[in-house]
Amino acid sequence: MNSTFIEVAYLVATGLFIFSLKWMNTPRTARRGVLSGVIAMLVAVGGTLLDPGILAGNYKWIALAIVLGTVFGVPLSWVPLTAVPQRTALSHAFGGLAAGLVGVAEFYTSFGEHGQGFTPFRIGALCLEVLLGFLTFTGSLMAAGKLQELKFIPSRPVVYRGQNLINFTLLGLAVLCCALLVANPERFQFLFPAVIALALTFGVLLILPIGGADMPTVISLLNSYAGLSAVAMGFVMDNKLLITAGALDGSSGLILSIIMCKAMNRSFANVLFGAFGQVQTSAGHAEARTVKSASPKDAVEILENASFVVIVPGYGMAVAQAQHRVREIYDELTERGITVKFAIHPVAGRMPGHMNVLLAEAEIPYEDLVEMDDINPDMSQCDVCLVIGANDVVNPAARNNKSSPIYGMPIIDADKAKTVLAIKRSMNPGFAGIENDLYFADQTLMVFGDAKAVTGEMARALAGEDGPGH
Amino acid sequence: MTTPHPAGFVHAGPRPECIAPAGEAHPPPLLASALVEPAPPPGAHAAHRPEVSAQEQVATLFVFMLATFVGLDVIRRVSRLLHTPLMSLTNAISAIAVVGSLLIAGQRHGADWNWINLLGLVAIVASVTNIVSGFLITDRMLKMFKKREARKP
Repeated sequence: MNSTFIEVAYLVATGLFIFSLKWMNTPRTARRGVLSGVIAMLVAVGGTLLDPGILAGNYKWIALAIVLGTVFGVPLSWVPLTAVPQRTALSHAFGGLAAGLVGVAEFYTSFGEHGQGFTPFRIGALCLEVLLGFLTFTGSLMAAGKLQELKFIPSRPVVYRGQNLINFTLLGLAVLCCALLVANPERFQFLFPAVIALALTFGVLLILPIGGADMPTVISLLNSYAGLSAVAMGFVMDNKLLITAGALDGSSGLILSIIMCKAMNRSFANVLFGAFGQVQTSAGHAEARTVKSASPKDAVEILENASFVVIVPGYGMAVAQAQHRVREIYDELTERGITVKFAIHPVAGRMPGHMNVLLAEAEIPYEDLVEMDDINPDMSQCDVCLVIGANDVVNPAARNNKSSPIYGMPIIDADKAKTVLAIKRSMNPGFAGIENDLYFADQTLMVFGDAKAVTGEMARALAGEDGPGH
Repeated sequence: MTTPHPAGFVHAGPRPECIAPAGEAHPPPLLASALVEPAPPPGAHAAHRPEVSAQEQVATLFVFMLATFVGLDVIRRVSRLLHTPLMSLTNAISAIAVVGSLLIAGQRHGADWNWINLLGLVAIVASVTNIVSGFLITDRMLKMFKKREARKP
């Protein structure tokens, strides 16, 4: 009777998890989704604690572990929004670790039970759980370290000769060990620690060659792995709640990775094994080209005479902490009756949707955050396109220069605007090290300086001119 | 036991010599040596785990397939504005691994208390960290998404 009750609790939790994700389809209902998720989790945990197999004496230890997890978890939710990608990577690492550890425990308890649990299906799932769990663990720690720009982890891609060969060999060895374990768990029991070690190593080596520009894809992919390791755990433990919740997470990670890959016009294989984002030194920039520059005051004058302004924010804006100044500019312009929209490229920021959160924090209404595909048809009507800290996502080379490494990547058509104002610290090429023709175009004016200083000056100029101007 | 397991994958138990003559006449050497591997230490208590039949295993694959399709369909409709909160929400949801961790930490594995319970406890700490921080930060981010206020004339 008790176990039926637990199964029903799991069924309820599964339903609530699905609703939780369904309500994320609009910002209006999204917080209800969180509530639904919390209730589902409480039902799942409560149901599990009723399991007759749990010894009465162990509840105090479980309570202690839950308290500890809460103590770690609460401060992790206070991180600044620019650090959300790191926090997300770190939590993928925790998810992977939990799955891996449960897998190890399952493996060795099964030997305690005279090996009766070792059907090939179960041991196969167990190997998958441990492999995905531990590679997600170290891979996500590496990703978090790169995003946090820790000194001892190089954030530039690390490449060496035979890298892919070494990685594939390691993965092949791990798969071979798993195959042997499936074929005969008793005989090849000693290979199990090798699977763990190979998975841990593979996780590190997989992320080593990946540069900052690819982080959004990699985070999404690791998200998917963390979910799939929970699915594998469900297969091992014959627990349908683990399977459904893990599958929801796995498919979410998959969809986000596909969106990220499309946004950069690249394939999974290319992201993982292509080592993108290296500085190109051989590019022949022989002739020094001239650019036109403008002062923040000039920029303000141009903006005030526009009727439709599109702001293209890039991660540089968030790094400079300029989003609140940008909001002031937005306020001043909209008060003058100027239409202002933000054009959001899918890979603006360091994880999917990151830029939206950064702008929402600056209290910019979400109706004015427009996706690339929705804004591009309107770009020819745009009077002024203000580019702040964005570079590759507005580079027309992606459309018309077949030899460019970013050729084919969808971009925001900033070059179609009547005037382009680009705020930039210097003429150095951006993250991917690719020159941007937009800056040399006739309609472009460069506003040189730190994004925060420039936007601050512009906001003050707009606010100050209110009196004499009217 | 109603469901036969393929020979060689299931440990024969403490007295393998009873099984060997009953099996195939000429088992391949690999399988034969597997059957006479040393038995697990005596006194190990079986934890609470029901036997899982092959049909039930296929049923779990059904569940996985359907859940994946539901997941793909639901996620595809999620507003692109909310992809960052979505990821932190699914982080919290995939910390459902806490269920497995609780069972591992709570059950008896051989002695009253051993290192396997400890692994379970560490896994609980990791999962609960994800649950708590995942839900809290998702809500924190979602609170920031505001509609345009009606502008004062």
